[in-house]
Amino acid sequence: MAKDALFEIGLEELPARFVDDAEQQLLEKTEIWLKELRISFASVTSYSTPRRIAVFIQDMAEEQTTIEEEAKGPAEKIAKDAEGNWTKAAIGFTKGQGKTPDDIYTKEINGTSYIFVKKHIDGKQTKELLPGFKEIILALQFAKNMRWGKQTLRYARPIRWLVALFDNEIIPFEIAGVRTGNQTFGHRFLGKPITLVNPNDYAASLAQNYVIADAKQRENLIVNGIKELERKEGFHIPVSRELLNEVRNLVEYPTVFMGSFDESFLKLPSEVLITSMAEHQRYFPVKSKDGHLLPHFVGVRNGDDYKLQTVVKGNEKVLKARLSDAQFFYEEDHKHSVNHYLQKLEKVVFQEKLGTISDKVNRIMHITEKLAEMLNVDNVTKQRAVRAAQISKFDLVTNMVNEFTELQGIMGEKYAMNFGEEKTVAKAVAEHYMPRHANGKLPESAEGSIVSVADKLDTIVGCISVGYIPTGSQDPYGLRRQALGILKTLQKNEWNITVESLLDITLDLYQTLDIEIKDVNKVSAELNEFFLMRASYLMKEMSIPQDIIQAVLYKQVGIVGYTMEKASILSEKRNDADFKQVQEAFTRVLNLSKKAQFTEVDELLFETASEQELFQQYLSVSADYLDKRNSRDANLALEQISKLAEPIHTFFEHNMVMAEDEKLRKNRLSLIRLVAKLIYDFADMTRIEWKQHF
Amino acid sequence: MNIQEMILTLQKHWSDQNCILTQAYDVEKGAGTMSPMTLLRSLGPEPWNVAYVEPSRRPADGRYGQNPNRLYQHHQFQVIMKPSPNNIQDLYLDSLKALGIDPLEHDIRFVEDNWENPTLGAAGLGWEVWLDGMEITQFTYFQQIGGLEANPITVELTYGLERLASYIQNKENVFDLEWTAGVTVKDIFFQPEFEHSTYTFEESDTDMLFKLFSMYELEAKRTMENELVFPAYDYVLKCSHTFNLLDAKGVISVTERTGYISRIRNLARSIAKAYVAKREELGFPMLTKEEK
Repeated sequence: MAKDALFEIGLEELPARFVDDAEQQLLEKTEIWLKELRISFASVTSYSTPRRIAVFIQDMAEEQTTIEEEAKGPAEKIAKDAEGNWTKAAIGFTKGQGKTPDDIYTKEINGTSYIFVKKHIDGKQTKELLPGFKEIILALQFAKNMRWGKQTLRYARPIRWLVALFDNEIIPFEIAGVRTGNQTFGHRFLGKPITLVNPNDYAASLAQNYVIADAKQRENLIVNGIKELERKEGFHIPVSRELLNEVRNLVEYPTVFMGSFDESFLKLPSEVLITSMAEHQRYFPVKSKDGHLLPHFVGVRNGDDYKLQTVVKGNEKVLKARLSDAQFFYEEDHKHSVNHYLQKLEKVVFQEKLGTISDKVNRIMHITEKLAEMLNVDNVTKQRAVRAAQISKFDLVTNMVNEFTELQGIMGEKYAMNFGEEKTVAKAVAEHYMPRHANGKLPESAEGSIVSVADKLDTIVGCISVGYIPTGSQDPYGLRRQALGILKTLQKNEWNITVESLLDITLDLYQTLDIEIKDVNKVSAELNEFFLMRASYLMKEMSIPQDIIQAVLYKQVGIVGYTMEKASILSEKRNDADFKQVQEAFTRVLNLSKKAQFTEVDELLFETASEQELFQQYLSVSADYLDKRNSRDANLALEQISKLAEPIHTFFEHNMVMAEDEKLRKNRLSLIRLVAKLIYDFADMTRIEWKQHF
Repeated sequence: MNIQEMILTLQKHWSDQNCILTQAYDVEKGAGTMSPMTLLRSLGPEPWNVAYVEPSRRPADGRYGQNPNRLYQHHQFQVIMKPSPNNIQDLYLDSLKALGIDPLEHDIRFVEDNWENPTLGAAGLGWEVWLDGMEITQFTYFQQIGGLEANPITVELTYGLERLASYIQNKENVFDLEWTAGVTVKDIFFQPEFEHSTYTFEESDTDMLFKLFSMYELEAKRTMENELVFPAYDYVLKCSHTFNLLDAKGVISVTERTGYISRIRNLARSIAKAYVAKREELGFPMLTKEEK
């Protein structure tokens, strides 16, 4: 007969950001555990609220599935001696399986006879195994753990009760001084302690006690409440996924309410209003149907609608205080000038060894200027970019950004406009922080793109120069994200400059500064490696196969857009039967070239027509190849060097490269090396793994 | 309920939970956590339950009495329990009920907030408690103090008294709050707010403060050498407040700033270690026989 089971971990309020993941982990680990234990079941359902995570297992078998299997031993000729008696090997095998030689039978596999025994493992009672669920609870992982009381366990938050039921029986175990039972708890204020008679009653009993245990159901209640307000009031309420997830995991019983604030606050920048509401108070901002912010907000109470007006009033009061602060900051900030703030930056440290933010701004300006020159932008753009670099950080010392740090750059743009900066310059101030998160938008303007790259280059080169290299989860300055930002910006703008040249101009600058760099060559190598890793990560995200990534990133990142294009062409060619012989020719050349020392190729030493032909083809192809490469046409560039495949094959057919005559040998190796250099310029073709798809 | 009644109510509530009621500590400090009643006593294995009101000075927050929310000096009601009791959340919620806050009429939530004070080498995990969207209490399980792992764990509750009162009394300006019948916060604190702001931002003698910092630091070290933990800690508090005065005046340069903070941190750490060692030497007198 099958029975249901229930496990619930009762906790002090989990951080909202942990809840979904904890539920998912519990579900997956439970399913794996049941399968490993060979306990059959109909289904597993998981639940979560800020105060609990739970699994309900339906129709569990009362005992494990019995195992019937055969164990294979040594070959019969090893298992028996000359007299036909069982050898030590045979007896040892049966012992290991918990059997005796009487249980042995033989079977033939591929013409050889082996000995076997039949194994039969009786299933244990499920009830006896269930206390092992303790390990599942202890195996849940959280981003941050803590201890409490006198307990030594580290967990997300203190465990306050445990429910473990198999049908109507309590499964006994104990974690951190808490014994399992059949009692759970309803909503903190609206619910009561609940004694569960049957696992099946779980969700319904909780619902009667003002706990909606299903996160999706709580979400639906919130979304429906919001939709109803939209309908009734004619609002448009944009619901961000992130905020919705957080809010549904801050409450056990959601009740949606609407509050209002004074219309005069609408004069503040909308970002300030939205940050105050969404980030700080976890409200949904309210818009009109045509997309303007309205002086209302939508909150979610953890409870029912009793005295809801008190809750609304309280929340309105809090928001009013926050917005009054913001308004005060806004007005206060306008009393000074950009120059006033730039002077203040001289007192703010960026990083202990890298000086103040003002020092950083000077470096960004220098890199911006160099970059603008490399890109050959017009003078006006260059001047705007340099100005944007100069004022890129001024808002960091305004009251508003001090209080609303997430608005850095965004307030910069608003204030820059109000202080009379050019629109493009102001926009670049906001854009230079882009991308603001992993898949965030990139700068649109040329000025914004240039300053964005310059700022990130400075941070990365600076940090790595003074020894801050990201390791594992340690990346306090977000260098990895910033490097990706640089690569994506270079790619999007199709800039014809190599990553290495950018690193060079920045490192050159650092060497003129009063910053101690221990070993420039080592730093340069570390930077190179760091960017190769980031480019490789970016390509992996674009689903480019690993071998192709290694082929195009074997030494340098180069020009990002062009390297990406090479990768995408090679990804296609990799499946193209015609390309196989091209790649084989290249591989042979590249492998052999490693043995070569470069000397000038001497045509007079050529003995065969095929040598001459390869050389001639090389000369003609290399000119065309460089032409295509310079116009960044990876497809045509590859087409050019592919012309070498046939002469290469012919060359190898007709010539002994390792000729006995040293002069001859050196000359042939030099020719190979010359050709190899051209191929390497495109990619390290030896890395490409040939896939037999046809 | 006026502030005085709130204090009496909270004192009664936590006294009933066997907390020792102490008075505010008599050296200037930026937060109730810095009182030796919290910072030192939460170290080591001895049980410790205490509650007190702590006037907290934050010179940089001085606004000449003109800002409705910010003060040079505000008041925290501090509760410390070691080891943290299993029903601490219920005990806390009962204290709100005692203050006349009926949870059924409000929305009370525990929102994740992790606390860290690098100057004291201290860190904890917990929540800010929201009452209808307003943060009224910081609720923290200390994990590390003075660079030492906490064991057992201390729980700290810090009620922002003015904040909570502004909700209970429904006032928007902190100076309008009633302290006791017929007396407002303004009556008691406006003049000191104005004068301390003036002193902090305009009148303080920078040279003297720098000298004092060095003198306090030296004295803390010297006192430590004589294994006098509590006097040494007083001088660390004096260092910290002197630093805050200098910082608020904007006379500490960037590079110096990190230096000063690490000087205070090093002192705090060595005192934390010395405190535990000394209690051990004394045989941890507050442990019961069974616990020993």
